[in-house]
Amino acid sequence: MNKKQRRALSQLMLSGPYTVWMAGFIVIPLFLIVYYGMTTKAGAFTWENITAITSSVNLKALWLSVELSFICTVICLVLSYPLAMILANSKMKNSSLTAFLFILPMWMNALLRTLAWLTLLENNGVINTVLKAIGLPAIHIINTPTAIVFGMVYNYIPFMILPIYNVLVKLDRNVINAARDLGANAVQTFLRVILPLSVPGIISGITMVFVPSLTTFAISDILGGSKILLLGNIIEQKFKTANNWHAGSGLSLVLMVFIIITMVVSSHYEKDGESASVW
Amino acid sequence: MVRFGKFLKGFYVALMGIFLYAPILTLIVLSFNASKSRAKWSGFTFKWYAALFENEAILQSLWNTIIIALVSSLVATLIGTMASIAMNRMKKLPRQVMMGITNIPMLNADIVTGISLMLLFIMTDFAPGFTSVLLAHITFNIPYVILSVLPKLKQTDRNVFEAAQDLGATPISAFMKVVLPDIFPGILSGFLLAFTMSLDDFVITHFTKGAGVDTISTKVYTELRKGIKPEMYALSTLMFAAVLILLVLINRRRATHEQTVNH
Repeated sequence: MNKKQRRALSQLMLSGPYTVWMAGFIVIPLFLIVYYGMTTKAGAFTWENITAITSSVNLKALWLSVELSFICTVICLVLSYPLAMILANSKMKNSSLTAFLFILPMWMNALLRTLAWLTLLENNGVINTVLKAIGLPAIHIINTPTAIVFGMVYNYIPFMILPIYNVLVKLDRNVINAARDLGANAVQTFLRVILPLSVPGIISGITMVFVPSLTTFAISDILGGSKILLLGNIIEQKFKTANNWHAGSGLSLVLMVFIIITMVVSSHYEKDGESASVW
Repeated sequence: MVRFGKFLKGFYVALMGIFLYAPILTLIVLSFNASKSRAKWSGFTFKWYAALFENEAILQSLWNTIIIALVSSLVATLIGTMASIAMNRMKKLPRQVMMGITNIPMLNADIVTGISLMLLFIMTDFAPGFTSVLLAHITFNIPYVILSVLPKLKQTDRNVFEAAQDLGATPISAFMKVVLPDIFPGILSGFLLAFTMSLDDFVITHFTKGAGVDTISTKVYTELRKGIKPEMYALSTLMFAAVLILLVLINRRRATHEQTVNH
């Protein structure tokens, strides 16, 4: 065996396991969604599972999912950007520690943390007790779409903070100083230098918040009191309760269209998927 | 003015901190609440901690969670590191194709990944259970390893690896002694990231698990309807405390290490 053959063999041995794994557990399963989504239980071709999205219940759920996840993404962006800027400019340059502070909550079960918000937000929950004690009007948001947005923001905001923070902390201070030296005021420097340079972080943050909030079913289950259905809830019920995989796959295909649009838009701004890392 | 700005910044960071940690504090308080109800406080107790160690079902779900996280992240680290080495040597086109597919589970919604794997197990008549969850976790963990290891590999100098071989090292020993130390931080952070993701996963486990097999997440989800057992609060408090202590220790060690290096 010569050197070239040996190299090819080692290459095959190294990439082989993952290639097989990828094909079997990533690519084929995705095609299975397409297959199930376009067939009836008897195995005949149909569009019905997909056009089911136009029924009033499903359409309402789709619209609500898009609306809530859009609001959630905007709120996350507005709250995260100033925070990321403050953290990036702070004297504490220990970036791994800062990142840990925002990853740390993830080590406590997400469902339990969301449930804790139920305790806090309930009509006679902790927050309302405090509000009443100091003479402020109580808030009644539990089991409403507002509570769901609240839960989404809570769960996914770390995924907005970290990519923006990562971009800002690596920003070359000289570029900012140069802008100031050339006569730009603070607002101009922000709008024309800092903001444009942080776009990759913003885009990856938007993707990482929008996709999970668009597709959640657990948050709406817990904070919406199972009365408000998002598209994720409907798909989950089709798979786990109704055992109707064909109908569930059809609706998932609709959901995937939105996910693919988000991915295409974000990959347009990203190079090599590097900014997607949160660590 | 500057002082006021500084105050405002500190205030904002504190507010966001409260937002992120308020539910965690709530769960810790609930774990010491004598009443079973979430709604009212009726005195301090340790009884849920005692009850936790007698609750077979919760302990079993904890065991499943840890074993699945550990095994899946170890397997993913092995397969992912091997794949990264191969991908680093590939020509541009195949590398981009592999990278594109690797990105799918990362960018795709968990629910889609979950049902796609559920359909795979249905189609192949593979009985869902412990193994199906493990396979699913390995699948979504590999990309995190690749994305941590590949950038480190790109930074290493290929010539050093070649030089080691020219000087008589076998490819394997050259890799072990020259390349591995360079990429080890990437492998470690890939492993830790994979472990965290596996530990925290609910959605994909929910769709790929069989009846009777539960991780902590799916156990919580089934208990949501019936009412959460307070032992669960005790368990999550203990896990959180364990992670916190671990992180503080790591940071301490790192700090003292840096100090000794500087001297």
